[in-house]
Amino acid sequence: MSLLALAGVTAGYGAFTALWDVALRVERGEAVAVVGPNGSGKTTLLRVISGMLPVRGGTLTFDGAALTGRPAHEVVAHGIAHVPEGRRLFPNLTVADNLKMGAYLPRARTRYRETLERVFGLFPVLAERQLQRAGSLSGGEQQMLALGRALMSRPRLILLDEPSMGLAPVMVLRLFDLIRRVREEGYTILVVEQNVRQVLKLVDRAYLLEVGRIKMEGRAAELAEQDFVRKAYVGL
Amino acid sequence: MIDPIFLAEAAVNGILLGGILALLALGLNLIFGVIDIVWIAYVDLVMLCMYLVYFLVQVYGWPVWAGGLASLAFGALLGVAVHLLIISPILGSAPVNQLLATGGLLFFLQSFATFLWTTDHRSVRLSLPSFEVAGIFLPLTRVIPFAISILALIALYVFLTRTFVGTAIRAVSQDREAMSLMGANPQWIYVVTSAVGGLMAGLAGTLLIFQYSVHPFFGGQFGPLTFMICVLGGLGNMVGAFVASFIMSEIISIAGVVWSTEMGYVIAFVVFIVMIFARPGGILARRG
Repeated sequence: MSLLALAGVTAGYGAFTALWDVALRVERGEAVAVVGPNGSGKTTLLRVISGMLPVRGGTLTFDGAALTGRPAHEVVAHGIAHVPEGRRLFPNLTVADNLKMGAYLPRARTRYRETLERVFGLFPVLAERQLQRAGSLSGGEQQMLALGRALMSRPRLILLDEPSMGLAPVMVLRLFDLIRRVREEGYTILVVEQNVRQVLKLVDRAYLLEVGRIKMEGRAAELAEQDFVRKAYVGL
Repeated sequence: MIDPIFLAEAAVNGILLGGILALLALGLNLIFGVIDIVWIAYVDLVMLCMYLVYFLVQVYGWPVWAGGLASLAFGALLGVAVHLLIISPILGSAPVNQLLATGGLLFFLQSFATFLWTTDHRSVRLSLPSFEVAGIFLPLTRVIPFAISILALIALYVFLTRTFVGTAIRAVSQDREAMSLMGANPQWIYVVTSAVGGLMAGLAGTLLIFQYSVHPFFGGQFGPLTFMICVLGGLGNMVGAFVASFIMSEIISIAGVVWSTEMGYVIAFVVFIVMIFARPGGILARRG
């Protein structure tokens, strides 16, 4: 049984339907990417999974539990941490307080110190900047903090929305290295990215989303070889 | 020319008044900063708490500390009730409706208090000594409430900066949706915030009943002033509200000695209006 499974998921905003009949699964320990052009529904897909946007139809199952229609704060408690578009840090709280909020859940709170050590081990720069306001960090540091904050809840699945957005090319490479290290720690990751070339090197499998529908699915290496994907997204 | 000792005494009285104003302003500002709604009737909740302490202490003979604790609990309950019964159902509606609803609560509370207790002024008199420092009289009935206000504000600061829930309250005020992604139910955070705001109203009510008499329109005496302080300090800005409390209390207190109490309020309002144009984001806001 898959860790995360979506079947026939349809969702949207007002009269606009952003996702049509989406089926997707993520296995334990796997890294999966959803790629696609701007406005294809990638962010909406993650928002539906984390409960920020209600589904219109279809089902969401996580580790055998039905999550369809559950509000965001309950979905997190099941073990899904969402690093949202634009990072959404608490800009006027310190780095340390942002991480503390990541461990808000009772079961995460009791192991707060231990998790904090692990996060500082992955991102030493966060330890150095603990007392700084989150809003004063550089873009790359903010992305690390957003990732670290998500890890603080001790999740079983991490949703990453465009981690490379707004970062300088050098920083993008460093960030993907860090995400790779997070992966090696055994976390399951579902990432949506426009930076197709980089993300296909990181994940096991990928889905191609276009205008709200899944157009293609496959092993990352196979997908990267497809002429269609290469021309449209990888730029080779 | 006024004797400098009077001015010094007025300045000290201003500080003593400022402590209680800060308690009121920070209670109101905390709720606004987190829930984004101004409780127009905030000081009318304080009025109810003053009546409670009056009846418990003056009429039923409870010790002052017991009346105070009862007022804290009552204030917190009132805060939760206002949130669940009035604010929660209209959270998604237009801001003007929210103002009308809490404004309506103000008229309801004033009328209901008049109906129950008439317009008589009631007070609890404590006979506590005054002491003199460098020629300035310091009545303990004002010094003790000031000290308690400051201690309460320190406790609030520690709560908001050192505890999980307090930090979550500040986080919700910055990004509610992101905080729900951390596993916090925003509705629960709102209830806790309203309870803390109500608790502060309960404390303010206890401290005020020993200095002022309570009547159904007590809210008119401190309500506009409290709201003005919050705007002057920058709505939602706790440090700004704290500083603004003392600016306003000093203006009222010193102008009250130089001219008259009425003139003190006139000058305070003029300063407020000028500052609204000069620094619309509050005294501590960055320009631009």
